[in-house]
Amino acid sequence: MSGVENGVELVYLLAAVCFVIGLHLMNSPATARRGNQVSAAGMIAAVVATLVLIIHAGTVKPIGWVVLIVGAAFGAGLGLLSARRVAMTAIPQLVSLFNAVGGGAAAIVAIYDFVTTTTNGGAAEMGSKGIVATVLDVIIGAVTFAGSLIASGKLQGTISSSPIVFTGVRILNIVLTVVMLGGGIWLIAAPPTSDAAAIGLLAAVLVASLAFGVTMVLPIGGADMPVVISLLNAFTGTAVAMAGFVVNNSVLIIAGALVGASGGILTKLMADAMNRSIPAIVVGGFGTGDSAGDTAAVAGGSLREVKADDAAIQLAYASKVIIVPGYGLAAAQAQHEVRELADLLESRGVDVSYAIHPVAGRMPGHMNVLLAEANVPYSLLREMDEINPDFPRTDVALVIGANDVINPAARRPGNPVSGMPILDVDHAKSVIVIKRSMATGYAGIDNELYSDPKTGMYFADAKKGLAELVAAVKTLVG
Amino acid sequence: MTLLAAFSIFVLSLLVGFEVISKVPATLHTPLMSAANSIHGVVLVGAMLIAVSADNAIGYILGFIAAAFAGMNVVGGYVVTDRMLGMFRKRPVPPAPPAVTAGDPVTESVADRRDAELTR
Repeated sequence: MSGVENGVELVYLLAAVCFVIGLHLMNSPATARRGNQVSAAGMIAAVVATLVLIIHAGTVKPIGWVVLIVGAAFGAGLGLLSARRVAMTAIPQLVSLFNAVGGGAAAIVAIYDFVTTTTNGGAAEMGSKGIVATVLDVIIGAVTFAGSLIASGKLQGTISSSPIVFTGVRILNIVLTVVMLGGGIWLIAAPPTSDAAAIGLLAAVLVASLAFGVTMVLPIGGADMPVVISLLNAFTGTAVAMAGFVVNNSVLIIAGALVGASGGILTKLMADAMNRSIPAIVVGGFGTGDSAGDTAAVAGGSLREVKADDAAIQLAYASKVIIVPGYGLAAAQAQHEVRELADLLESRGVDVSYAIHPVAGRMPGHMNVLLAEANVPYSLLREMDEINPDFPRTDVALVIGANDVINPAARRPGNPVSGMPILDVDHAKSVIVIKRSMATGYAGIDNELYSDPKTGMYFADAKKGLAELVAAVKTLVG
Repeated sequence: MTLLAAFSIFVLSLLVGFEVISKVPATLHTPLMSAANSIHGVVLVGAMLIAVSADNAIGYILGFIAAAFAGMNVVGGYVVTDRMLGMFRKRPVPPAPPAVTAGDPVTESVADRRDAELTR
């Protein structure tokens, strides 16, 4: 190993250290931004070191440089533009899109390596070069690429977000799995001796993996999509680590494994917060087994509807208000209106805080980002465990577009939300719920909180309803 | 690097990944997912290595796509994460209001004002 190669390896190690420190700094909102910058610095160091390495090797043809520079600049420009322009509500689908292209790039690295090795030295050569990693990289990378594109499309609304199930999908999935895994094992165990056959077999595995990515994500409902994106993010990390084995590069292995592990943990945390198991999500369909629970117990309660003026009086003369924002707020993009209302109430001396359920919004932590965009200081955003003891001392809990995460039925066994951690909104002295209609939430069951005598239902779109509330409070207090 | 050495690095990195992440508050889950997403943009290094070793049309096409994909992943990922985290800021002027308890002056003043306005 020459001096330059040793130096490059050391820079790779430095980059890996930056990634770990960067992720560690993400533990607190105060240092998170610096963490991302540390990680970006590590990335720049790794890319520059690689440039030095390939310049030093001196084997690059001019057209190779053109391909690399034009390709990277094109992709980087596209990424920069979309990252700058995206609305904060559309973040999840953009992350999914970036995840898709990352998985795609990892798969291509293995495909290229396979094609070159095969055509240059025969398929038998592959055995010594880690064919296992190549096959895993192609399978995982391709599944992630196709799956993430579908997930992104579902969140964007270009593909229906409701579960898409067609007859024979199970059988199709089995066939695809057999081709994917069978072809992969064949390549590993007894690679075809002819180049054309070997490449054809890899192509079959690739196509089956892409198709499997599509059929895996299509039957999953929009509300589960965050967990799926997180899972696919972990997949991409693993694919990148496999690409590291293929090109024998340490920084790819380290960074890929870091993301694979952290993405796995994050997926588990999200699934736990939604009271869902990862296998159940991937198989698709909510509560496919025991959805017929004791939900009938709530039927028959009568609703009390309130108008903007009544709600405004309640809020303006409260001493403590907790705002519970949910998916409906994110969907209506009403984060600025809610901040305006909170500011107005605070200026009257009302103690206002926000109760953030771990899965509020479109993905965990998404609500925090939306409220941060509307200039809500993060010290006012309180997590579930921290704020639940405050509800009994709260005059008004203002629920905006949240449903399942506040359903008291979760405390009882035998229904689809049983065991899900919830915000104890029903412990507040009174509750106002802003909701467009009586439609059920994702779990598809009634919410007994709505028929509670202390609950007032204010039927409106979150954005319009909040604007009316602000106007009503203003006229009230002049 | 031998396969065994590479595998050791892989396994140890997995363990570091588990350890370093498991304490992140839910507040930061979305930015964290985005940050992890940009870190796997390091696949750009892999794309660079293949783009420059290519010597035929298929190699160039694959190299181009890989470089474009990876470039988009890494640049877009870091920029969007930074944008998100740039929005997490503390309250500008006064510190967070004191916790309100029964008999707290804040509560009383609100209650007083309420009474005053109701009687008016």
